[in-house]
Amino acid sequence: MEAVAEVGGSYAELSQTFRSRRTRSVAWRKAQLQAILKLLHDHEVQIFDALHQDLRKHPVESFRDEIGVVLKSANYSLSCVEKWMAPKKVPIPLLFFPSKGEVFPEPFGLVLIFSSWNFPISLSLEPLIGAISAGNTVILKPSDLAPACSSFLAKTIPLYLDSNAVKVIEGGMDIAEKLLQQKWDKIFFTGSPQVGRIVMSAAAKHLTPVTLELGGKCPTILDSLPNPSDIKVAAKRIAGGKWGPCNGQACIGIDYVLVEDRIASALIESLKKNINRFYGENVNNLENLSRIVNKQHFDRLRNLLDDPSVAASIVHGGSLDEKNLMIEPTILLNPPLDAEIMTEEIFGPLLPIITLNNIQESIEFLNSRPKPLAIYAFTKDETFKKQILTETSSGSVIFNDVMVQFVCDTLPFGGVGQSGFGRYHGKYSFDTFSHEKAVLQRSFFPELEPRYPPWNDFKMQFIRLAYRFDYFGLLLLLSGLKRTFA
Amino acid sequence: MLFIAGISSSLDTMSGLSINNNLFALHCRVGAGPASVDRALRNRFANNSTAPLQKHQTHLSFPYHHRYWRLLCSQPCSATLTLMAEEEKKTSDIERASLLVKELRECFDSGKTRSYQWRVTQLKSIAKMVEEREEDIVTALLKDLSKPEMETFVSEISMTKGSCKLALKELNHWMMPEKVKTSMSTFPSSAEIVSEPLGVVLVISTWNYPFLLSLDPVIGAIASGNAVVLKPSEIAPATSSLLAKLLEEYVDNSAIRVVEGAIPETSALLEQKWDKIFYTGSKRVGRIVMAAAAKHLTPVILELGGKNPAVVDSNVNLQVAARRIIAGKWGCNNGQACIAPDYIITTIDFAPKLIDALRSELKEFFGEEPMESKDISRIVNLYHFTRLKNLMEEDKVFQKIVVGGQIDQNQLKIAPAILLDIPEDSQIMEEEIFGPLLPIITVENLKDSFAVINSRPKPLAAYFFTDNEKLKKDFVENISAGGIVFNDTIVHVTVSTLPFGGVGESGMGSYHGKFSFDAFSHKKAVLYRSFKGDSSTRYPPYTPGKQRFLKSFLNGDILGAIFALVGWS
Repeated sequence: MEAVAEVGGSYAELSQTFRSRRTRSVAWRKAQLQAILKLLHDHEVQIFDALHQDLRKHPVESFRDEIGVVLKSANYSLSCVEKWMAPKKVPIPLLFFPSKGEVFPEPFGLVLIFSSWNFPISLSLEPLIGAISAGNTVILKPSDLAPACSSFLAKTIPLYLDSNAVKVIEGGMDIAEKLLQQKWDKIFFTGSPQVGRIVMSAAAKHLTPVTLELGGKCPTILDSLPNPSDIKVAAKRIAGGKWGPCNGQACIGIDYVLVEDRIASALIESLKKNINRFYGENVNNLENLSRIVNKQHFDRLRNLLDDPSVAASIVHGGSLDEKNLMIEPTILLNPPLDAEIMTEEIFGPLLPIITLNNIQESIEFLNSRPKPLAIYAFTKDETFKKQILTETSSGSVIFNDVMVQFVCDTLPFGGVGQSGFGRYHGKYSFDTFSHEKAVLQRSFFPELEPRYPPWNDFKMQFIRLAYRFDYFGLLLLLSGLKRTFA
Repeated sequence: MLFIAGISSSLDTMSGLSINNNLFALHCRVGAGPASVDRALRNRFANNSTAPLQKHQTHLSFPYHHRYWRLLCSQPCSATLTLMAEEEKKTSDIERASLLVKELRECFDSGKTRSYQWRVTQLKSIAKMVEEREEDIVTALLKDLSKPEMETFVSEISMTKGSCKLALKELNHWMMPEKVKTSMSTFPSSAEIVSEPLGVVLVISTWNYPFLLSLDPVIGAIASGNAVVLKPSEIAPATSSLLAKLLEEYVDNSAIRVVEGAIPETSALLEQKWDKIFYTGSKRVGRIVMAAAAKHLTPVILELGGKNPAVVDSNVNLQVAARRIIAGKWGCNNGQACIAPDYIITTIDFAPKLIDALRSELKEFFGEEPMESKDISRIVNLYHFTRLKNLMEEDKVFQKIVVGGQIDQNQLKIAPAILLDIPEDSQIMEEEIFGPLLPIITVENLKDSFAVINSRPKPLAAYFFTDNEKLKKDFVENISAGGIVFNDTIVHVTVSTLPFGGVGESGMGSYHGKFSFDAFSHKKAVLYRSFKGDSSTRYPPYTPGKQRFLKSFLNGDILGAIFALVGWS
């Protein structure tokens, strides 16, 4: 009951704040963005602690993937928000002269953000930055699966940001359900396709637009690179991208690798080396590696490996430490394609390597599966690049690297098909939380008589010409000369 | 993953309920059945007896339920037979729809629709079709809506042609990848945004501009390289069947199809997995469409309507303002347009002058006897005629008619009607009018109009006639609407550089011009990196030095980054 009252009360307060119009001013938006910067600055250590508690993230990893990313985005928004807010002039056909057309971005109003547990700080604050930059009031519901971060956000955000306009509501599915019953002007969801469906169905009742940031099995294609050192760089980037960010528990994490038979062993060797160098060799002492978020996910991952034919395909790692919820970086070579590990998003430190006779087959391989959030491809073959670009579909395509698209503010971040819809980051975050209002200013003169009934042949002729923007013809028609020429 | 189990059951129940409440709407705006069904529905409406229906609504399957349908269709003596026949029909509808999507998906997968050449050929064919079959189009619209030829030409034929031509002219440019800058954190790299088709899309259109509102989104879908199914509204049957015939004749049927039909056909289509659904119509059906899309995580564009206000200041050129209001209200399908002004707000003092001007300009446009005028559309069908009649005949409303309001049920005609100062709580001020009735609300001070507008759901368009620059600025900042036009009505739809679409209850997503292309495209982010420029700081084992480096790096602080690298900081 208390939770219901909290949701209702917060909602009412947010509406009131939005109606007061104060969230629309540049000053308010900038002040909030600055508050986020200050919050991160003041509480860096607490954030490291919270992330360590929830996921055992190393502080450097936490800084790279959470604090640093948000600092960068907040700074970027801070420097651009005024420019983004300015109405955009658009050209208007001469026929409407004198007129002025512009697109005026306005905040939606009350927005709801559901964030996820794997990057509990950045996936909460990144959309929040967009919502605030666009001038909205916000309720943020962090994931209850990262409780330390959730309670950190709930405790700290009200101390820094305008607490009548930005609220954090903690809770699990009961609270989520209560929140979804309210009428929002926009819902931004990061999480799984299953919950995405529920969120969108609830939004449909109120005709609320949604952005769904889901996941998917993001493949990495490794072409046979002519230069052996390039394979090493690729393996390094794969090892860093797979196990680095939250130990594979990332929506843009590498799910599996496609490679030609003949270079599979070189890749595996190189990956092993990097694993040892990056994360150490002992499963009981992997301090540079995040743990699995909870028992349920640990069991889910263990079950993936329990399938005997999958277990048989393990070529590296595979040890589990249930007490510490730790799973060692694990490489599998050609697990059966119909096994769960190849049909479900893995979301953990298991890396299947699938070999193909020819790397060209990867296109068909990808196209027979749902569209992923990202495709990574290591290749120097320009034709193959073009082929990947035009013949497959995914949220994004990254050549010769992994994960780095997340820090690129000028690129839209978002999925397609099963990996979601809508996009954010940089200006796209602002757009995601703004309505682009079309504004057309007309004057009372001149008045084009042929617009109005009663209709006759002259007016028909006029309109025909007008739609062709045939100004010369119009002049002739108006001066009465048209008929002599026609 | 987070809270799925607990939430799903209760949400299912809820969506079930809302869907049922909306079946009326689906029937009225998207669907239609045999005449007897129509009558049955109207009777139910008249008696307000939704209760017997609700009894059957506990666990209906979405989006169309056989028991409900049976209730409407059944003859007393053959209930079981009807039920069986209808079950069979439902199954075959779904099978047909699923087969159709499968065929189109195969075509899309073949890559044929992606080529520039294919897109251009189809668009040219549509332009040619509109050019060559102008007469057929005019005739169909005359049949469906008695739409005057000139109106058809202006708002259906020319606009469609215009969209085609613009797409043909700009397509090359639109399809080009957009280069974007990359930041230092990914140096050395280059990046671009590539527009790719979404796949197989569904366009559900409506009856008031049945030609334009069908083809305009289809043009966008084709320009973006999608395979597309169009479901025109069966409430404009002549245009629906003309579209089916013409598209079969003119465009590539392996990728572009028309499905005609009513609720069962629409429901069967909505059960399929689409890559985008573009719907034009009512809020109530909009909800059904979006809920159906949610099952497949399909993005939607909803072009709905709303009560569009037109605010009139006293400092305006009265004659011009009156003419532009009339052109937008009655000159647009007799008020049956989603962007037509729904009601007027003006000051108490100015209202009589405005009414006089409207009255005399109406006479100018449609003559002394507007019921005889050939320059005005009729009401689309008996259901809508009755709905409008009821709005007008509500007790406290009827006596407020100050101009017009004559009706002729046989011809489904309603003359332009102006109503002054009707009560706020009357039905006519509650729902979208979508017809030739124009209420005028008066306020003490023009600025009070903002509160009137903001107390209602966000409209698709808001019009403001004034020369006061300060008020204009306030209006833009205070009024939320899909689009705003000063000193005119409806003309913003013809400006292809402006996005057209609603906000809040007037819909989501926008189209027209380049926006149509974007509406049916996925914007794929592409980042090109080289094998060089690999900083060890990205990788574990993590050290304090790496942290210092990253801090500077992500903030774009080059000096700091260098210092961290050489160990000075």
